[in-house]
Amino acid sequence: MSPIISVSNLTKSYASGFTALKGIDLDINRGEIFALLGPNGAGKTTMISIICGIANATSGKVMVDGHDIARDYRAARSLIGLVPQELHTDAFESVWATVSFSRGLFGKPKNPALIEKILKDLSLWDKKDNKIITLSGGMKRRVMIAKALSHEPQILFLDEPTAGVDVELRKGMWEVVRTLRAAGVTVILTTHYIEEAEEMADRIGVINKGEIILIEEKTKLMEQLGKKQLKLYLQGKVTEIPASLAHYNLELAADGHQLIYSYDTKSERTGITSLLGDLRESGIRFSDLDTTQSSLEDIFVSLVRK
Amino acid sequence: MNFRAVRAIYLFEMARTWRTVLQSIVSPVISTSLYFVVFGAAIGSRITSIEGVSYGTFIVPGLVMLSVLTQSISNASFGIYFPKFTGTIYELLSAPVSYVEVVLGYVGAAATKSILLGLIILATAGLFVPLHILHPWWMLTFLVLTAVTFSLFGFIIGIWADGFEKLQAIPLLVVTPLTFLGGSFYSVSMLPSGWRTVTLLNPVVYLISGFRWSFYEISDVSVGWSIGVTCMFLVICMFVVWWIFKTGYKLKN
Ligand SMILES: Nc1ncnc2c1ncn2[C@@H]1O[C@H](COP(=O)(O)OP(=O)(O)OP(=O)(O)O)[C@@H](O)[C@H]1O
Ligand SMILES: [Mg+2]
Repeated sequence: MSPIISVSNLTKSYASGFTALKGIDLDINRGEIFALLGPNGAGKTTMISIICGIANATSGKVMVDGHDIARDYRAARSLIGLVPQELHTDAFESVWATVSFSRGLFGKPKNPALIEKILKDLSLWDKKDNKIITLSGGMKRRVMIAKALSHEPQILFLDEPTAGVDVELRKGMWEVVRTLRAAGVTVILTTHYIEEAEEMADRIGVINKGEIILIEEKTKLMEQLGKKQLKLYLQGKVTEIPASLAHYNLELAADGHQLIYSYDTKSERTGITSLLGDLRESGIRFSDLDTTQSSLEDIFVSLVRK
Repeated sequence: MNFRAVRAIYLFEMARTWRTVLQSIVSPVISTSLYFVVFGAAIGSRITSIEGVSYGTFIVPGLVMLSVLTQSISNASFGIYFPKFTGTIYELLSAPVSYVEVVLGYVGAAATKSILLGLIILATAGLFVPLHILHPWWMLTFLVLTAVTFSLFGFIIGIWADGFEKLQAIPLLVVTPLTFLGGSFYSVSMLPSGWRTVTLLNPVVYLISGFRWSFYEISDVSVGWSIGVTCMFLVICMFVVWWIFKTGYKLKN
């Protein structure tokens, strides 16, 4: 199937002369949840702003479901809902009015039942008549999500949707995103909570300094880069790894009270059995053990550091 | 054409108007009444009449224009400046709307408000002096044309301004002087001939003259000139708006 968004060789230089995007190529698949990760200033918001029509590209091309965003902006934009990173809301309008306004702006006929459902899904129903200025930050964020959903977009951009949203509501928001995905909506989200990407995304892209440095399916990514560690809590203190164990990938930790063994989950033999045998032979005893798998966060940090 | 978007913007802007309806109507009505007390009653009693019309009656069209002009500019400039200021403009930029629709919505709402205001002021004036309008349709034409043109002008100012000072600078430093020197309170023919020529460079003179003609058939310049100059200004404003949206000037970075 053709990608729903196709970005090719996109560059952006701001008036200040700063180049925020350096030739981005990116395809977003229809119906997927795509998480865009990257440190502050990587260019995530800039890229989203260009695709949505808020900023002009310096060069390059973006197609949204076959429509060029510059030439065929009407068709392209009517498919897209955007929740920007910054909290930009009206102040004196009611929640209901501002959300209904968005639907009208996108050229859709009135549909109070739909708006009611969206507000209920986002736990905003009891606030529908409140002025936006009286809402908390997390509520305003949800109002912005409601605005983006009000016109039934096929593609939803969520630029750090859960920043400043409490844990319970964050879970609720994930639920909304999953429901959307089930309905066939493509979701592109940025986040600094890696657990969120890990939990939600089908594919992950990492952008750094205006360049995409990795695009991969989440599961593959975790498999490929996923290292597992076996941690042994030693009974006594070990100052040096004995020569007989040198061929294992071992590390001493916690001032000689822990031994960490890193192994690859993909290889058929993990080497754990023989390691444990060799340990006993060299007289090293342990009281407890656990294993950990490196998270997306570790992967991300190691990628961006390079 | 995305008519629903035009409607949405228009109604949203009008809702803003109704929320502040008291201050947006009461204050111009009060200031107009003050003008009548000061100029009409106090000073006007010393001036017998201008071209056969009593002074109080003479200044009515000018006063209406004064309010329509300044209100059009301030409504429209504020209407578009505010989303820029709060950041909600992102939605407008990301929506499937052309600039024509955006302008129709914002300028339409601003113009509607100032036309209503102009009519209210006219009615207020009617309480102080007897009014007779010889050409009501021309009167309405001038009113609408002026409201639309200056709302468009205000829209441009609102986009150009990147601070509240700038937003107020143009109306205060340019428009108010031009309106006061534009023959609201006097006939250009009362000026010495040198000044008369200078005055003719002021576009507001043409507006007020044409508007006053529709009331009393007295004018400083011919009606054709009045309409011509107003339409010219309208076309210039339209061109600037077109250019703004084409280049994304001050809207997109
Ligand atoms: N209007 C602007 N003018 C000049 N430079 C800008 C502008 N907006 C953003 N930048 C720069 O472009 C770079 C990318 O910014 P962007 O907002 O896209 O980052 P981001 O990946 O979204 O970061 P964050 O995680 O902090 O939201 C940054 O270095 C930023 O300083
Ligand atoms: Mg950002």
